Amino acid sequence: MGFQAQCDETRRTLLLTGDCRMTDAATLEHELARWRSSAGAEAVLDLVGGGEFDIGPAWLLHRALADLGCAGASVRIEGPVPGHFRFLDELLVREQALAAAATSPAHDPPLVTLGKSIAGHASSASAALAFGGRSLETAAAAWTSRKRLRIPSVVRHAYETGVQAIPVVAVIAFLISVISAYIGAQQLRPFGAEIYTVDLVAIGVLRELGVLLTAIMVAGRTGSAYAAELGVMKLNDEVDALESMGLDPYEVLVLPRVLGLVIALPLLTIVADFMGLAGGGLLTRYLLDLPWPQFFMRLDEAVGSTTFWAGLVKAPVFGVLIALTGTLRGLQVRESSRELGRLTTVAVVQSIFLVIFADALFAIFFLEIDF
Amino acid sequence: MTQQPVISVRDIVNRFGAQVVHDGVSFDAYRGEIFGIVGGSGSGKSVLLRTLLGLRRPDAGRVDVEGREITAMEQGELREVKRRYGVTFQHGALFSSLTVAQNVALPVVEALDLDEATLERLVELRLRMVGLPVEAAGKYPAQLSGGMVKRAALARALALDPALLFLDEPTAGLDPIAAAAFDDLVLYLRDTLHLTVIMVTHDLDTLARTCDRVAVLVDGQVIVDTLEGIVANDHPWVRQYFHGARGRSVVASLEGRHGA
Repeated sequence: MGFQAQCDETRRTLLLTGDCRMTDAATLEHELARWRSSAGAEAVLDLVGGGEFDIGPAWLLHRALADLGCAGASVRIEGPVPGHFRFLDELLVREQALAAAATSPAHDPPLVTLGKSIAGHASSASAALAFGGRSLETAAAAWTSRKRLRIPSVVRHAYETGVQAIPVVAVIAFLISVISAYIGAQQLRPFGAEIYTVDLVAIGVLRELGVLLTAIMVAGRTGSAYAAELGVMKLNDEVDALESMGLDPYEVLVLPRVLGLVIALPLLTIVADFMGLAGGGLLTRYLLDLPWPQFFMRLDEAVGSTTFWAGLVKAPVFGVLIALTGTLRGLQVRESSRELGRLTTVAVVQSIFLVIFADALFAIFFLEIDF
Repeated sequence: MTQQPVISVRDIVNRFGAQVVHDGVSFDAYRGEIFGIVGGSGSGKSVLLRTLLGLRRPDAGRVDVEGREITAMEQGELREVKRRYGVTFQHGALFSSLTVAQNVALPVVEALDLDEATLERLVELRLRMVGLPVEAAGKYPAQLSGGMVKRAALARALALDPALLFLDEPTAGLDPIAAAAFDDLVLYLRDTLHLTVIMVTHDLDTLARTCDRVAVLVDGQVIVDTLEGIVANDHPWVRQYFHGARGRSVVASLEGRHGA
């Protein structure tokens, strides 16, 4: 029998008929609200045609009756009360049962939120510093012992972050240098200075684009992988398990990843440099009809002895930044899968930011020392 | 028992490639009954549970829930039937990014269109039903003890007033006191709400205290009987299970239950 609820507000009467299932809760609650708010000293609940109640709706009815009682109305019930009422009365007297539950945690006022966020950023920055220091300390300590350096693990990470990233890094470097050579040639042609496209591509790729693009690719690829990997380990208590065996997670988890990336990123940068020059060379050869010998001559003149190194020297620094950010954020994962997603995102965004920021510092520094 | 079974399983066959996990499994569970499923590792307990839950279609045979054959249903219809199910998983499977209250409210929010105040009331009811303190409502699953996680999972399973409650290893990982309290809770809910409970468990004490009948999965078949009947069965695996070092105390306690 279908459930029906009807509230007669003038007589303050609620008529319930049929079986009341959980799916009828919305209908029931709607009529209950009208019944509660209607005026009159005596409220009538007509259950003569009522059927079986699920416990959810029975509870809503039970609570509504209690509310009416509190408001000072007397309630006359006609017909049998739902069988669950006895169970619900029992529940209410059971000692574990306490006051009403909140569906969501309380929200802070805006100023508190702001303060908490600032304090959070400050402690996050100091945690990052402490993490970097701790990793450096571990590295210094591990340096003396081959066992503690965990070479197989370092090699594995260098392979996963380096060798496996070669195709994507190569293609990106090639395409970017083709694009910049093309645009450069177009802009320089009116001045009859197309030949300087070679300078543009060579210096651009070797000093900045090669290493920067590689670092950004690696930040997206490896930074997220490190954060997610360590985050899941953290959620599974694997990090605690390591520590309980007397192993240092910095030594076992952080250091091999950092070292792996410090090895992999410069090598990837060399690949990117080479592919970038190849892209630029091909474009100038076929778009500008520059013969190969002339290209190499120009390249030789454009590229100083330090150009290549000015790019490459940045790679290990970027590697350290990316690896530390990824591992730190991974180890900060606590309790929930949402944290894992959030911190993985944070790891990628922050490592890209740090890479670009460090690159800017390098640019100023190299300018000052005339490198 | 002449009443219609709440869940009826007939000649279920499940295979993975050449490996036959179930070869004609049949049983019925009735209203107000606590039905235990036991079996060794790899005997197909989880596959059977997944079949009953409609997560897996058996290779042959049928499962009827409240007289409707779920093994032949379309996805949409099956979803309707699943609203009659409450399920707890071995590790709770609470959503870690939601508070306990939000976890309990989730099935209700998804299924019904209710206002915030009503939701809060219903969450309060479910927490009271499983005996969780009010402070637990705003907590995240990671902040709860093992026993509280199981209770919260049960509260979520009860959220839509299910007719059928599936419990997967409800007492695994709990200390004996918490496990006994959980047994009491299941018994209490069964006695007052007349739920049908299907329980997969390895906990012999739970089995002895709560289950009215037990299905033992052995050799792809199932032996269904009361626990006393199962204990008396002379299948080698069953003998080892109930008459091994751990089983003996349960057998002893069964004799105690008879005396009481």
